[in-house]
Amino acid sequence: MDSIIDPALLTRIAFYLFAGMAVVSAIFVVAHRNPIVCAVALVTAFLAVAGLYLTLGATFLTAVQILVYAGAIMVLFLFVIMLLNLESDPFEKPHVARLVGGVLAVALMFGLVSILGGTETTGQTIRDGSTEEVGKIFFGEYIFPFEMASLLLLVAMIGAIVIARRQEGEPASLIGQPGAGAEAASTAGTAGNDGPIGSSNRPEDA
Amino acid sequence: MSPDIAFLIATLVKIVVIFLLAVHVVPIMVILERRISAWVQFRIGPNRVGPLGLFQPLADLVKFLGKEDFVPAQANKVLFWAAPALTVIPPFLVMSLIPLSPSFDVMGRDVPGVIVDSSIGMVLVLALSSLTVYGIAIGGWASASKYSLLGALRSSAQMISYELALGVSVLAVICVSGTLNLTEIIDQQSQFFGTHAETGNWAGWNIFSQPVAFLVFLVASYAETNRLPFDLPEAESELVGGYHTEYSATKFSLFFMGEYVGMLGMSCLIVILFLGGWHLPGIASLELSQNVFAVVGLMIFMAKVGFFLFLFIQIRWTLPRFRYDQLMTIGWKVLLPIALVNILITGFVVAWS
Repeated sequence: MDSIIDPALLTRIAFYLFAGMAVVSAIFVVAHRNPIVCAVALVTAFLAVAGLYLTLGATFLTAVQILVYAGAIMVLFLFVIMLLNLESDPFEKPHVARLVGGVLAVALMFGLVSILGGTETTGQTIRDGSTEEVGKIFFGEYIFPFEMASLLLLVAMIGAIVIARRQEGEPASLIGQPGAGAEAASTAGTAGNDGPIGSSNRPEDA
Repeated sequence: MSPDIAFLIATLVKIVVIFLLAVHVVPIMVILERRISAWVQFRIGPNRVGPLGLFQPLADLVKFLGKEDFVPAQANKVLFWAAPALTVIPPFLVMSLIPLSPSFDVMGRDVPGVIVDSSIGMVLVLALSSLTVYGIAIGGWASASKYSLLGALRSSAQMISYELALGVSVLAVICVSGTLNLTEIIDQQSQFFGTHAETGNWAGWNIFSQPVAFLVFLVASYAETNRLPFDLPEAESELVGGYHTEYSATKFSLFFMGEYVGMLGMSCLIVILFLGGWHLPGIASLELSQNVFAVVGLMIFMAKVGFFLFLFIQIRWTLPRFRYDQLMTIGWKVLLPIALVNILITGFVVAWS
């Protein structure tokens, strides 16, 4: 049963397509002036990397890359850029520092490729990249690093909540109810509206 | 004909058919929305344009396309143009993963009723539906208006909060089914209420084995598509301004097309995960030929999806909308704990049986 389309050729085309997309969007991330465009370019880079995972047969990793990186982490990046109202870089005349930086980047890339290109991979390959196998390995052999990673994320989350916690009497954040939040919080101090991510644990709460 | 060329042709035909299906759902939903809202409010809806007002969406379309395409002076032109596209593409990508009918038998070959029958279908659906947030956030930002930005940020925060409850409730169904492939999830609900003859696994509709997950998924899907009672980011466009306030004409209609196709995708998911897809008790005993069964299955599937679309519209015009802090409270403090407890109990039951 001869197939007209050569699978190896298709894989190569797919690889060059996704790799090219990743490189171009990565260059946009560092070179563009508008931070929102940079964030969107980073999302495109993540999607391209997901495509590369797919060409390697790691199906679960593809889905998780899109779900976690492109779907959650970059959204929060975008939130921060929008909330901080970061402006675009003003247009400057090209500086020699840019040229030096570009040359150094290309040199670094060549160095990395020459070092990493010759190494052999010694890790284990998960059969079919399937979800079941990944799950078995996560909860079997590598259960301790898995739990440590979740603990790390939990600590980071607690730290962020503690830092962002509203103190007694402070006005509510801007993203709450417009107008009403600031008045209620400044007068009552306790019954003020919550920010978008949930309430803070104030000691006077019953 | 070599199997590759046959697969290519079949995929192209399916892409065209499913794309047209998804696009045509939008005007049907437009007229249904207005007529059902009128019925709920004890009045007659639009019935002038064509018989029973059925050509009303055509009139709406002509009106939309004829409006002035206005771009605010301060807006970033590229992002302003790109935002509606970013909103409308992920729902169509989700539709490519959803199995709409059993396999057809075309010239001796099995043609499944889904464009991409992926072994990680469920996770890909969740991943692609989470990309919808970008169009809304960037649309609000690119409008260069503070109210648009706030509306967009609220909507994005709402969507990512309810994605958690959505995903965790789906986890319980995946636990019971043991597979992420949507076609296999449907095949494991072939009976209405019973267990598999040999393995003793649950073979009925998942709404009976996972009622809590069904309710959580239903509520979270309303929040994901920004429909009432969770549409404060949109309703602000009636009061102050939302993420699509500065958009007119074609771009505005693209936003709404994205919303309606998203509703279609969510309804299809509810039917696939909880209501047995295209299975109906008694159809299997008729012993139909494969193609007839596929067409019948498609009709059954569409009927079930139509019921949930009707439910979307009905609930919109029945319930008042939530305040934003109530919305966030429900997402994080009510739905997520319920879904987590549900997966805990499901895990125990599956592990000890």
